[in-house]
Amino acid sequence: MNKNRELFGLLLIILSTVAVLAALGMVFLYAPRETTMGDVQRIFYFHVASAWVGFFAFFVTFLSGIGYLARAERRWDILALSSVEVGLAFITMTVITGSLWARPVWGTYWTWEPRLTISAVQLLIYVAYGMLRSALENPEKKARLSAVYGIVAFVTVPLSWFAIRWWRTIHPDILTGGGGMAFTPRMGYTLLVSLAAFTLLYVTILRQRIRLERSADALARLRAHLETNYIGGSHV
Amino acid sequence: MIQVHDLTKSFGPHVALAGVDLSVETGEFVALVGPNGAGKTTLLRVLATLIRPTSGSVRIAGLDPVKEGEGVRRRIGFLSHRTLLYEDLTAEQNLWFYAKMYDLADSSARVADLLERVGLTSRRHDLVRTFSRGMQQRLAVARAVLHRAQLLLLDEPYTGLDPLATQTLTNLLTELAEEGCTILLTTHDLNRDLKVGRRVVVLARGRVVHDVPRAEVDLAAFPEQYMQLVR
Amino acid sequence: MRFIRTVWAIVVKDVAAEFHTREMISAMLVFSVLALLIFSFALDLRGAVAQAAAPGVLWATVAFAGTLGLSRSLTREQQTGCIDGLLLAPVDRSAIFLGKALGNLAFMAVVEVVLLPLFSALFDVPLLRPGVLLVTALGTVGYAAVGTLLATIAVNTRAREVMLPILLLPLAIPSLIAAVQATGGLVEGGTLAEVGGWIRLLVVYDLVIVAVSVLTFGYLVEE
Repeated sequence: MNKNRELFGLLLIILSTVAVLAALGMVFLYAPRETTMGDVQRIFYFHVASAWVGFFAFFVTFLSGIGYLARAERRWDILALSSVEVGLAFITMTVITGSLWARPVWGTYWTWEPRLTISAVQLLIYVAYGMLRSALENPEKKARLSAVYGIVAFVTVPLSWFAIRWWRTIHPDILTGGGGMAFTPRMGYTLLVSLAAFTLLYVTILRQRIRLERSADALARLRAHLETNYIGGSHV
Repeated sequence: MIQVHDLTKSFGPHVALAGVDLSVETGEFVALVGPNGAGKTTLLRVLATLIRPTSGSVRIAGLDPVKEGEGVRRRIGFLSHRTLLYEDLTAEQNLWFYAKMYDLADSSARVADLLERVGLTSRRHDLVRTFSRGMQQRLAVARAVLHRAQLLLLDEPYTGLDPLATQTLTNLLTELAEEGCTILLTTHDLNRDLKVGRRVVVLARGRVVHDVPRAEVDLAAFPEQYMQLVR
Repeated sequence: MRFIRTVWAIVVKDVAAEFHTREMISAMLVFSVLALLIFSFALDLRGAVAQAAAPGVLWATVAFAGTLGLSRSLTREQQTGCIDGLLLAPVDRSAIFLGKALGNLAFMAVVEVVLLPLFSALFDVPLLRPGVLLVTALGTVGYAAVGTLLATIAVNTRAREVMLPILLLPLAIPSLIAAVQATGGLVEGGTLAEVGGWIRLLVVYDLVIVAVSVLTFGYLVEE
């Protein structure tokens, strides 16, 4: 059983490494140089891919929240917190790459462009989720309360997306006018590979985070066992 | 009235109740003693439907607190060292509110009667925040018995009470016991509280370690015995 | 019917308790006026700029004043363990939630009744029209609902009230954007039909939020 799990883990790592290398290769060598923006446009692939993972990770947290409320099993809570941590990294990457892209294209580090804005909102929700967990000590309460927050928070994200989109349609940024891209099939393939690579990367890191949390749990259980049965150095 | 079988409750890795078996007949007056961390409060809150068991079975008046919560709640009264009273409301308003929560038919009469029994009729229009601790606890008792509970669960109710309030509480509990109410009271003060109960149950590390009728307890020797049991 | 009686009893209880001290309402009102002042100075709000900024300043003020009231309302239940008192009663958990949420809605409404005329006068914008009142009501309903749910979470944390704005504001964004845009559109002379999209968003938000809150509140309060 364990052998199979380790084999699977190794396979996953190899697969994601290959996928990420492939994506990198395609982004820099295969994808064409974009006509309006030039090479700077290549950051777009990483930006969109990490945005996708950022959203997907939150979706996983939403589902595990429901799972925990339904079953009250620790593994749902582990999945939720792991996905939030990994997702936070990806959504931060989204915001940073978006900002880096904005500078050469629009001349400013920030623009209230819908995708960037919704990424910032998601980032703040992730951070709020993390802060909520650290402010709770009781592990059962922590799991239960953050599950509810994850559910409510996720539900507002599509609504925020619509609101921000309409807002920007009515009051378009003078700047975002120049953000159009000439999209070719080769760019499409590169994007797909990038999405796949980042998703695999997410799963790999998620798995490691889950294993880490499980080890921490096992350690806590051992400690608790020692404390109840070996008080003051002598067996009770 | 209470049937608890192999009840466990864990909060994450921490095991609060490790398999409790307890059976309490209608009309019994049980003192539940044990050191801090033994699981007394957890057990009481499970019985009060405030906490769900991790495993095991609990029946109160034949009902399952998890599945038939409303039915159980109608029959039980709960008192802890926290008063569960709204400080920004008057004594009367507090009782009226709870009367509505329990959907009592004769709320005005019942509220007036209970205020009389706990000796707070003269202060009924005063805000609870102006009450002393003893007065607050007396009002809390009134709140707990307002809906004519069949089972009264008390979690260290004597905490912080002055002698007058302590006596009032004891008198009231004795009256209720005589009226047929089942009472389960937790405490870690052996001297005072063993005198009120009719049966003594000792809880330690999440388990029942001793269960005897009060008459069989030698008050002089018990403290020593208790130390042995809970170590 | 019993359900409605329970909800109403809780609302009455909260209003009565607040009536005795009036601490929360006065704090919310004073805070709102102070916020208005700060915004006016900080953004140099005069004339046309003031008119354009009015919807935004109004809703920012309502949002922040709201968090004050929401925290207070739930802390009151926490202090003497009253939330246990509610949970011990043979009542539906959703009734408890709705009772608290309606009470919070009422308090926010009281503050808005004072704020709207004040803003109208100070910023010279016509806020006291049916369209704007409708938008205000819809926005406040959603905010009170999600705010009550999150305040219940927040009072359980070490940070207590401080946690609430952090949890609440990102989730209130759809409602805030819609309310500000709709109010702005109406104030500039638009019809209800023209801001219909925003109003629909507010309604959807309110329905979704209330549904999710009612469904999950039980899990918050039971261990």
